[in-house]
Amino acid sequence: MLTMTSSKRRLITFVIIGWVLLLISDRVGPLRLYQGSYVATYTLAVASIILLTGYSGQLSLGHGALMAVGAYAGALAIDKATLNPILGLIVATFVAGLFGLILGFAVARLSGPYLAGTTLALAVALPTLANEFEILGGQQGLPFDVGSSPERFGEEFSQYKWYFWICALAALIMIWWIANLVSGKYGRTYRALRDNPIAAELSGINVGRQKVIAFAISSGAAGLSGGLLVILLGGVSPSAFPLGVSFFLLTGAIITGLYNLKGVILGGLILVALPEIADSLVSRIGESEGLTNSLPDLLVSALLILAVVFTPNGPGQILKRHHSK
Amino acid sequence: MSLVVENLTIDHGAIRAIDNVSFTVPSGQLAAVIGANGAGKTTLLRTLSGLKESKSGNATWNGNSILGKRAEDLARTGIMHVSDGKSVIAELSVKENLALAGLWRKDKKDVALATDEVVELFPILGQRMSQTAGSLSGGERQMLAIGRALIARPKLLLLDEPSLGLAPLIIEQIFQTIKALVKKTDLTVLLVEQNAMGALKIADEGIVLNLGTVVAVDSAQSLLNDPAVRAAYLGF
Amino acid sequence: MNQFITAVLTSLSTGAIYALMSISLVLVWRSTRVINFAQAGQAVLTTYIGYGIIQKTDSYWIALAAAVIGGAIIGAVIDRFFMRPIFKRITSGPIALIAPVVATLGLLGVIQASIGIIWGISYQSIEAPVSTDGFDVNGQVIAFNRFNLFVLVTVTLTMLLLTILFQKTNIGLALRASAYSPEIAKLSGIKVDAVRTFGWAIAGAASGLAGMLYIPGYYLYPNAMDLLLVFGFIAAVIGGLDSLIGAVVGAMILGFGLSFSRTYISTEILFPTAFILLIVVLLIKPDGIFSAKKKRGA
Repeated sequence: MLTMTSSKRRLITFVIIGWVLLLISDRVGPLRLYQGSYVATYTLAVASIILLTGYSGQLSLGHGALMAVGAYAGALAIDKATLNPILGLIVATFVAGLFGLILGFAVARLSGPYLAGTTLALAVALPTLANEFEILGGQQGLPFDVGSSPERFGEEFSQYKWYFWICALAALIMIWWIANLVSGKYGRTYRALRDNPIAAELSGINVGRQKVIAFAISSGAAGLSGGLLVILLGGVSPSAFPLGVSFFLLTGAIITGLYNLKGVILGGLILVALPEIADSLVSRIGESEGLTNSLPDLLVSALLILAVVFTPNGPGQILKRHHSK
Repeated sequence: MSLVVENLTIDHGAIRAIDNVSFTVPSGQLAAVIGANGAGKTTLLRTLSGLKESKSGNATWNGNSILGKRAEDLARTGIMHVSDGKSVIAELSVKENLALAGLWRKDKKDVALATDEVVELFPILGQRMSQTAGSLSGGERQMLAIGRALIARPKLLLLDEPSLGLAPLIIEQIFQTIKALVKKTDLTVLLVEQNAMGALKIADEGIVLNLGTVVAVDSAQSLLNDPAVRAAYLGF
Repeated sequence: MNQFITAVLTSLSTGAIYALMSISLVLVWRSTRVINFAQAGQAVLTTYIGYGIIQKTDSYWIALAAAVIGGAIIGAVIDRFFMRPIFKRITSGPIALIAPVVATLGLLGVIQASIGIIWGISYQSIEAPVSTDGFDVNGQVIAFNRFNLFVLVTVTLTMLLLTILFQKTNIGLALRASAYSPEIAKLSGIKVDAVRTFGWAIAGAASGLAGMLYIPGYYLYPNAMDLLLVFGFIAAVIGGLDSLIGAVVGAMILGFGLSFSRTYISTEILFPTAFILLIVVLLIKPDGIFSAKKKRGA
């Protein structure tokens, strides 16, 4: 007689997913592995936005900056403190989380547009800071090298597979933790927070504290995804996290459905697929410099508008509409 | 010209605020709508003035349906709604508040004339023209709100609890002013009030609402004498 | 002393441009309860239109007029055909607070990407219509030139015009009434929707002006106004998002803060300074400096 709590079920589900992913990684080529790494990274970033905006109701436009914080922290840890790359990722998570904790305190009293604009200012301001300080590598940035796979995995273990393993596992662990966080009692707390903060306060929920905690955890997750991203890029620099990144991730979160973690992998897939779609569109329409550069952005932005107007609760909403007809 | 409400049903979120309500207010008369808190009186007015949608039923003024229209369009046809509480804009001056009702009117001469008449009716407003509405007392604010509505030369006046939070003397003054207005002009008034006694005393007709349904419609005098009404709403 | 005077003068002229942007944002916020991130897109779009006109006519002045008028039209069109349908469609639920703002973000991206497709993303420039040589004061050349003076004068005149518009005209009264209480305005017979569109038109004209005054000192490219948007927003927040006067004061405070830190510390400290200023103000006075008793919620 196995009585399974939902958290046990979730744990087993994630373990199975992880195991399946590792199995698949043996069977696919390097391009897919590379793309898969990106999917995992973006999925994690989207999950952090869902936690912050969907669950605790705080609209942040500065996730790019949070990713940058994690990325730089990790890079510094590896480069200057010569830490093991995995430890570097952990450092990335914690430093970003700490940063998010402080920032969360500062903006806890704000809501709506004030929070959005403040995080926007952060997203614009932070990358330029990196330019200024020598220790952060200035314009060139810092390298982020996770090295090759450990010896015991054997000669056959390709670099891309190693990337994939790191990204997929890191993302899985973090998303699992977030999923646990927002289920059950905490899930109700967060929903109350988002839908009716006054009522939540009255029923004893410390609204301010929950918001700050959500901000910290979301930042930690974002920092981790930032670290993963610069692994794939090979290094971190001020130009790795422009303003567009924050919008890009927000689009993924809104398309997936801001209020539910369930479809989050869809966000990661779409974010990886979109630039590819844009590229193939460009080659079909005909090359022009303006088109090549701007079409992906046009698609993403247009998709953002359509998603937030027509399917703010995720693609499942379209299905529900059909059912009730 | 009369206000005819037929089988009107209005929902407020999940609650049925007004359920199948019917009544008629003949032209030139003052009808008082009384009932306890939550009886749906404010919801009724807000629907008649176009701020809220109804679920079903009819409401016509002068033969024309007034449901489903925009509030600003209804206001321009002579239906003025003085809502409860927040009926003046605190940040604007008295003069500016009064000017709001005449902004869209083409006949600026008549607007000026109407403004003078309102100042004559409520002299205190004339003294406070350049002060912000927020600095006025409760009674003065109510006068300002009513005065603003009058500048539009309304045909139908919807008043939502004008006596709320005011001193008895001021309430008396305002009620008498309303009564005099109805007598003097062809103004039709639908007066929603918690102060049932004061409202019925000046009204021609009374409509009693309870939990969204009409419990009684009769001449104001009959209602004043009705023991059930007295027990429930008049306190004696 | 020279340095001080220069810092003051440049504070005024940069603050003036920030003021135009912050006024646009506050105008839209007050009438629509939305932070219009697309304002940066509108501003840069009108500047590109101005740029195109300069290519054809070689006249900055015609371009300026076109940018302002075009800005008004574009602003009105966006409210009437983009924002209004969105508000009609999304009326409740947690998404109602986020959707309009995110929609303006998306619109910003669409405008900027479209500009990139039409005009390309390489840097263009617009020549200032008057000399950009620093004034000669007592034999020393200061970092303030004729163009800066032109900017200052233009913005001051614009402020005066706007003040007259808002305080002394019927449409201005209708605008203010609709912003303070849309319900009372409606009950007074004011067509609140049309008035709001007019507000967006004015905001669009102001940001159009801002663009043509800002770009001659810098380069023109699709993202050129992003920074101005951020600074305009910070200025608006400092002044209290609900107050037009506050928007101007906030812009001046920001202008002075940035100019002085640039003169006396370093150029690079610019962004962090602005950001820290913002956080400090929000921590101490969450309602901004000029706020009414309104709460700082959405």
